Amino acid sequence: MTHASLLQRITDYAHRADPYPLYEELRKTPVLHEEEGGPYLVSSYWDIAGLLHDPRVSSDAANLAAAGADVLGGPDETGLPPSFIRLDPPEHDRLRRIANRPFGPPHSPRLLDSLRDDLAEIVSGLIDGFGDAREVDLVDQFAYPFPVTVICRLLGVPREDEPRFRAWVDPIVANLDPDTEAGEAERRRAAQEARTHLGMYLAGLAEQRQREPRDDMLSALVTSQGPDGPMSVMEVLSTAVLLLIAGHETTVNLITNGMLTLLRHPEVLRRLREDPDLVVRIVEELLRYEPPVQFVPQRTCIADIEVRGVTIPKGSRIWLVLAAGNRDPERFKDPDRFDPDREDIQHLGFGSGIHSCFGAPLARMETQIALTALARRLDNPRLLEDPPPYRRNAVLRGPRHLRVGFDGLRPERA
Amino acid sequence: MRLVVDLNRCQGYAQCVFFAPDVFALHGEEALVYDPHPDEVQRERLARAVAACPVQAITAEGLDGTGETGETAAGTGEAVLHGR
Amino acid sequence: MAGDDFLRWLRREGRIVIVGASLAGLRAAETLRAEGFAGSLTLIGDEPYEPYDRPPLSKAVLLGKASPHHTELPRRREIDATWRLGVAATGLDTAAKRVRLADGDEVAYDRLLIATGVRARPWPRESEARLDGVFVLRTRDDAVRFRRRLDSSPGRVFVIGAGFTGSEIASACRERGIAVTVAERADAPLVGALGGVIGAVAGELQREHGVDLRTGVMVTALEGDAAGRVRAAHLSDGTSVETDVVVVSLGATRNTEWLAGSGLGAGPRGIACDAGCRAFDFRGIVTDDIFVAGDVARSPHPLFGYQFLSLEHWGNAVTQAETAAHNMISASSERRPHIWVPAFWSAQFGVNIKSVGVPGMGEQIMITQGSRAERRFVAAYGYQGRVIAAVSFDNARWLEFYQRLIETAAPFPPDFATVDRRAEGRAPMPADFPDPSLPTHGPTVTLSGYSPADRRLVFTPSRH
Repeated sequence: MTHASLLQRITDYAHRADPYPLYEELRKTPVLHEEEGGPYLVSSYWDIAGLLHDPRVSSDAANLAAAGADVLGGPDETGLPPSFIRLDPPEHDRLRRIANRPFGPPHSPRLLDSLRDDLAEIVSGLIDGFGDAREVDLVDQFAYPFPVTVICRLLGVPREDEPRFRAWVDPIVANLDPDTEAGEAERRRAAQEARTHLGMYLAGLAEQRQREPRDDMLSALVTSQGPDGPMSVMEVLSTAVLLLIAGHETTVNLITNGMLTLLRHPEVLRRLREDPDLVVRIVEELLRYEPPVQFVPQRTCIADIEVRGVTIPKGSRIWLVLAAGNRDPERFKDPDRFDPDREDIQHLGFGSGIHSCFGAPLARMETQIALTALARRLDNPRLLEDPPPYRRNAVLRGPRHLRVGFDGLRPERA
Repeated sequence: MRLVVDLNRCQGYAQCVFFAPDVFALHGEEALVYDPHPDEVQRERLARAVAACPVQAITAEGLDGTGETGETAAGTGEAVLHGR
Repeated sequence: MAGDDFLRWLRREGRIVIVGASLAGLRAAETLRAEGFAGSLTLIGDEPYEPYDRPPLSKAVLLGKASPHHTELPRRREIDATWRLGVAATGLDTAAKRVRLADGDEVAYDRLLIATGVRARPWPRESEARLDGVFVLRTRDDAVRFRRRLDSSPGRVFVIGAGFTGSEIASACRERGIAVTVAERADAPLVGALGGVIGAVAGELQREHGVDLRTGVMVTALEGDAAGRVRAAHLSDGTSVETDVVVVSLGATRNTEWLAGSGLGAGPRGIACDAGCRAFDFRGIVTDDIFVAGDVARSPHPLFGYQFLSLEHWGNAVTQAETAAHNMISASSERRPHIWVPAFWSAQFGVNIKSVGVPGMGEQIMITQGSRAERRFVAAYGYQGRVIAAVSFDNARWLEFYQRLIETAAPFPPDFATVDRRAEGRAPMPADFPDPSLPTHGPTVTLSGYSPADRRLVFTPSRH
């Protein structure tokens, strides 16, 4: 091929800062299949929404591997079973229900509400930590440490171990990037090694919690006694790996994308400073406009599925390009405009259906608190570099650094 | 304040319960029950719950004290979804 | 006046009267205003309350999670209406275009919307129905009285009829620790709505939660004590059950009596209307100025063989009201058909039951996902080789897929693999409805398109 395929261009790092023109091109062929054996890219809102609720679409890692091993579908040699994100019902449902017991309703409906003050305190501590600086890297100094601190506390992972587990998390996350250029075998090997290490590290913590349970999710997972029975040790480790990684990797991007977008829309930022309630709508619009998970590349179909007249044959891989669906003009008026006042923001930012984001309410709350505080406290904030440098990852897309200048910090209470 | 949830549209994502646990509750794994007449102190939490609903099923009145908020968001989503 | 002139005049200064001030009446009024109707708007309701929501009355209210006095519906917008509450409509003069009220007043209209809904069917023997401790549950007043009695910790509640409302009442009572007996004429609960296969699951749920479920029996008499309080229910199998509370849950009667002599095609089964919600008169001629919406309406549905469906569904009331209101003030080319796919929900014994389509038309059923034993499953209903309905127990997120199958007349049994297919889902079985009402063979009609603007009916002539 002389021309790079659209899929290659989307995953190509050169387009990371602004993939949206490519998504627009992608939507012109709502079901795109560029290469024999390659995935089917689905990019329009209604089709994606339909497939997220379609029982002929599987998330099972085994089906994905059978569909032709790519970086995402290779066999797992870590010995850890797949986490619920890569399973179908009934296993998915069972594991997710057990994981949900200490986290949300019906068994723990108040957990998140009770965390609100703690989250606000962490945020204000991080902002206070900017000290006399007039320039910060919002990723390293704020958007990363905040959700990491929160997920560590929730899960029961010592915050001071962050440098250790970060060394394992990075290669795992890198392996989620379907960049077709990078050295696949090497990357996969590194990721599996890292997953093994992270699993072993968490196994040590789980063992402690089994002996001395504390008030954290890891303790709840190892001692779970609900109607679904306990998780096996290996299931606990897979789940903990998933929660630890998903619990912060995506939120970093949501917060950073959020501040980047607000700094590019100073009028909205000004309104937020004056009306903190606006943050609720801002975060929803962000999830549409700059979703932290750009596409879901891990589904396969277990039957022929017809979408817009195209038959996706049984056994094919399907990529659901959420970020393209979120800007589908068939669904949203003026989709490329960031407009928190739009009446209808039913975005695909957290997916939908049974695999819809487990941590969505936590991510929402973290981002609401973070953006409100940044808007209130940074005096005259501005972007020092636009576009900022991006992380490599095409799926979990967001700036690697976000240099922000400001004239000083306002006090906590205005 | 007043609210109603279109339970045909509700799929049990329970975002409203996370954000306003004194107004909404899950009855079992998936069925939603709620107080259709929540107290004024729930206003802020209710507004977050309405916005967070992934299927835009909640219609509320009195969120901004004028009796207009919430209904517009739900109204538009409804038109679209009923078309589905 | 030419048609266009009349419409312009109607929208500017016409008089629209809505009889029925509940969910459908309110949503219709809001839609009229939202679409620019600037004339006078009158809502007439026999209850003295502003529009309130009924589904919580048999769920959250009985569980103490909501007050029966406070389920008023939120308003979507100002409607600037004249409210005539607490006064029933008693007659209709279609020639003079006037509605007669119980207080002797008359209200004139240019366009009329009838949304008078249904009422609970009472216990047929009046003397027994009057016994202290015998309840029905439909209105806010019913709920206030029944809830007060539940709060006084009765020894046993006896529920007559295991439809959705009766089952929900039984569920709430059990959750409150009150002993419950449910008597049902069919062989299982919910059989009329969902058939015997699903009814069996509902019956197991009841028994597991400690309900004394008696199926295949009729209640022959309610017995009172000397003080006029109910003390026992007698059953057709010769047994009797001592109880201090009886809830009669035998379905609903349509509020059409006030239309007797009006010339409209109104009767015990409701008021027949066309797909655009215009009422038929008794000669089968469609009226121009009288519209119907909500539980009281019977309207033909293209997806279901153009059968006249009477739907006591919350979502139907909302959508049909919106459609009727739109059509009332629109030129015929701008009118929309009411093509809502039936859907309802029920929460009982901690399980969320949802349905789309018309299960009652189903000849066969297939468990396509999950398992009945786990009480988590989706089942599809088939009729003449196509998917006609689906029901889910704690599996609501899949249901919109099945709605799509119904809308596109997809073949039944589904010929594709699904996730979570179990052994029990390999083959269809009889849906086991007691008395299936089968429409005639005919052409196939399907729906296509996503948004209201591009929804189309696709007509495929019969191949035979």
